[in-house]
Amino acid sequence: MSGLVQLISADGQRLPAPDVETWVADIDDERLLALYEDMVVVRRIDTEATALQRQGELALWPPLLGQEAAQIGSGRALRDDDFVFASYRENAVAYCRGISVTDLVRVWRGTTQSGWNPFTYNMATPQVIIGAQTLHATGYALGIQNRGTDAVAVAYFGDGATSEGDVNEAMVFAASYKAPVVFFCQNNQWAISEPVRLQSRTSIVDRALGFGIPGIQVDGNDVLAVMAVTRLALDRARRGEGPTFIEAVTYRMGPHTTADDPTRYREPAELAEWQVKDPITRLATYLRARGVLTDESSMAVDNTADQVAAELRAGCLGLADPEPLSLFEHVYAAPHSRLAEQRDRYLSYLQMFEPAGATR
Amino acid sequence: MTTSTMTLSKAINAGLRRSMENDDTVILMGEDIGKLGGVYRITEGLQESFGPRRVMDTPLAESGILGTAIGLAYAGYRPVCEIQFDGFIYPAFDQIVSQVARMHSRTRGAVTVPLTIRVPFGGGIGSAEHHSDSPEAYFTHTSGLRVVSVSNPNDAYWVIQEAVASNDPVLFFEPKRRYHVKGEVELDEAELDEVRPPMGAAHVLVEGTDVTLVTYGGLVQVALDAARAASADGISIEVIDLRSLSPLDFETVTRSVQKTGRIVITHEAAESGGLGAEVAAGITERAFYFLQHAPVRVTGFDIPFPPAKLEKYHLPDLDRILDGVDRALDRRNSLSELG
Ligand SMILES: Cc1ncc(C[n+]2csc(CCOP(=O)(O)OP(=O)(O)O)c2C)c(N)n1
Ligand SMILES: [Mg+2]
Repeated sequence: MSGLVQLISADGQRLPAPDVETWVADIDDERLLALYEDMVVVRRIDTEATALQRQGELALWPPLLGQEAAQIGSGRALRDDDFVFASYRENAVAYCRGISVTDLVRVWRGTTQSGWNPFTYNMATPQVIIGAQTLHATGYALGIQNRGTDAVAVAYFGDGATSEGDVNEAMVFAASYKAPVVFFCQNNQWAISEPVRLQSRTSIVDRALGFGIPGIQVDGNDVLAVMAVTRLALDRARRGEGPTFIEAVTYRMGPHTTADDPTRYREPAELAEWQVKDPITRLATYLRARGVLTDESSMAVDNTADQVAAELRAGCLGLADPEPLSLFEHVYAAPHSRLAEQRDRYLSYLQMFEPAGATR
Repeated sequence: MTTSTMTLSKAINAGLRRSMENDDTVILMGEDIGKLGGVYRITEGLQESFGPRRVMDTPLAESGILGTAIGLAYAGYRPVCEIQFDGFIYPAFDQIVSQVARMHSRTRGAVTVPLTIRVPFGGGIGSAEHHSDSPEAYFTHTSGLRVVSVSNPNDAYWVIQEAVASNDPVLFFEPKRRYHVKGEVELDEAELDEVRPPMGAAHVLVEGTDVTLVTYGGLVQVALDAARAASADGISIEVIDLRSLSPLDFETVTRSVQKTGRIVITHEAAESGGLGAEVAAGITERAFYFLQHAPVRVTGFDIPFPPAKLEKYHLPDLDRILDGVDRALDRRNSLSELG
């Protein structure tokens, strides 16, 4: 497949693409509307979490604004038994995995280092070390291969991550063993302040070919096209044909995180250019033209989004601070004498501050 | 005296600028250090002044940064590498430990690797995972590297210049929680004998007679606060800022312990195999007969840095340091009843 894959243009027109659209032949108006709702909801989650950060309730938040289609289109293509290894930005993918909005913000409120148990949702803890998860996905895929099931591991990472050794090594391993892994790169054009051209002089997707991995470049703001190519890649993996690399071309419309100020390094004109390609607006235009999205259904979607946002806020504010002694838990699977000693000492230290007669 | 008041972050910036003006082989490398000026703005304005070939935004690859810096050193340059956060130095660990540290020794001095590796480090800022580590002991354990940390703007301004000028590779640890703290910086070279902090030397910040309290980086201010609080209790603490973690300035610390007979070492990093262990062992060897109590360590626990809401329990604070002081003085303390 060469060239940028698209099924819905930026102005909301359906484009013919015979070899791609068969992969989404089952996506009727109703299911498209559900994808629209997903995107509206995750954008609302993003807005609410950003507000919570501004109000001091979260330490930080990495917005996915602009990347809704890339994440929802791919996330909704997955099976429950597939396994996701993602970065910190894939909150919409996590949403697709059924992870609760409260679990999404635990890490950013600083109450835990992992918002959920990876095995409950078949999604690993979002990775902060850039690119490390691509190797984990590849190894998991090797395990799937050994077991002989047809599940797939999916690695999500950014354009910047493609420069890290880990990501390149992951592609070497995956290609050598024809591992059932999908490399899903969201090229959102920026790695904090660094434009993608600093990471790659070719288009990102062309990198894959050098590793012997077929690549597909898709319009990352076209939810239907993203779903189609993800299904195609998953199917290849399930059939034992090995890894596929997807470059979803999109744009980080917001700051890198709530701590970032993008006006320091990029032109407002660039944002304006991408606003025209907004993933939600384009699907809305398409669905309105088909009479699927009406004032009524649109309002229903917005209500759902507001409910989710309220759930997020309440869940976030309800998160209890962890107990001091939990510091010492789970560092090892088996008891560790040195750490046990530190814990005992710290306990007796804390007891000094308790009112007289309380414990001693 | 020509002094100027500035923050610690601005002092590093000013020191780097001066190094770059004095030596055009000095080049800066790192992620987001150009237009953005680094996530902590340490390199703010430098790309504007010196251009993109001397202040290089690198691709997102730490091993790449360190490995290419070695090549630049071969080509006669003096690279200053910024690692964006403590927790992101590990992808570069191999290049630092297997290459940077050994090059001079391997080539019998034919190749010098005059790198400076700047690392914002430590906790106390409520960060997400991998943004609060104290990895200094990995590097003090590695022969061939010099390791320093600064705690105030004046030291930052001068030590960064010495690090850049050093023909040995230097790990330069910057305490993030102190970046915004202001202080006087002496800018006049003529006054240097008075104020210049020699890169290898510890600094006695407060003199005292009862206990020697040794620390570095982000905990220096906490140690000073502890000394002040203790003095209200009639306890006289001598506070030493190590500044140099490799080599350790045992002369200064030993002199102090010969006077006080008691030593408390505090750092954010884990206790096991940390700097405290090295200082304690070295002092026991050098001043055994002066010691009236075993050396006491007050450190982060032997755990991965915890989530932000727990860091206040993990990081040594004033109370925990004072409890350590009480231990060293055989006063009632948290362990008195543990036996
Ligand atoms: C090993 C490592 N180095 C540096 C960082 C700091 N950092 C966090 S996000 C980021 C940029 C990532 O860009 P990209 O891969 O394009 O993903 P995006 O943030 O755009 O989703 C950097 C440099 C890190 N987290 N890990
Ligand atoms: Mg990016």
